Amino acid sequence: MTIKVKFFATLRENLKIDQVDVAADEAGDVVDVWRLATGGADMPEHVLCSVNLEHMPPDTRVKEGDEIAFFPPVTGG
Amino acid sequence: MPIVILDTALHPKQLLDEHQQHLDTLHGQGSYGALATFVGTMRDSNEGDEVKAMRLEHYPEMTEKQLANIVSTAAERWPLIDSLVAHRVGLILPGEPIVLTAVWSKHRAAAFDACRYLMEALKTDATFWKKETLANDKERWVEKNTPGYSS
Repeated sequence: MTIKVKFFATLRENLKIDQVDVAADEAGDVVDVWRLATGGADMPEHVLCSVNLEHMPPDTRVKEGDEIAFFPPVTGG
Repeated sequence: MPIVILDTALHPKQLLDEHQQHLDTLHGQGSYGALATFVGTMRDSNEGDEVKAMRLEHYPEMTEKQLANIVSTAAERWPLIDSLVAHRVGLILPGEPIVLTAVWSKHRAAAFDACRYLMEALKTDATFWKKETLANDKERWVEKNTPGYSS
């Protein structure tokens, strides 16, 4: 009955969280997942998020078994 | 349509030769008329500072999915024979290749355009992050990519 949450790059370092599970029944959308996973930390500007490996906006609805990730703008290539 | 993520040295010519042989075996020699490639390498400077090393982090499952999406989209938009995307992760030193995009097609228009698309879409969608080590050993995350088009 959980949602898996991952953080990358600066977010992982600043929050000191690599991966955490949150209760699915307490989370309506991705913003709720951020609040639950970080203990209510402010969401930095320009944070990007994904739901089940696809880029999605923060108001995306979530459900049990989802994998949510938060990360800064990507800089590959 | 291979997608290769490497935590060891990326050798573009070797990858191209190997895939070329595979395509020749599959389709016969002379089956394509154009091969467009792009290789991105690590610079020894960024934002006015000397950079002596870089570490590339990624979100492995999402990276693979996003690159697969990009390659599929290119194959739908252009008449391609095949494409190849290779990207480094881990520790990288100045001069070392970071990324390779390659496209085989019958004619140059599709090869040029699809190769450019693969690279620009990768820059936007693929979940990689660069952390630089400067000459004074200070580390910093690269915050954004440079524009892909000159005008």
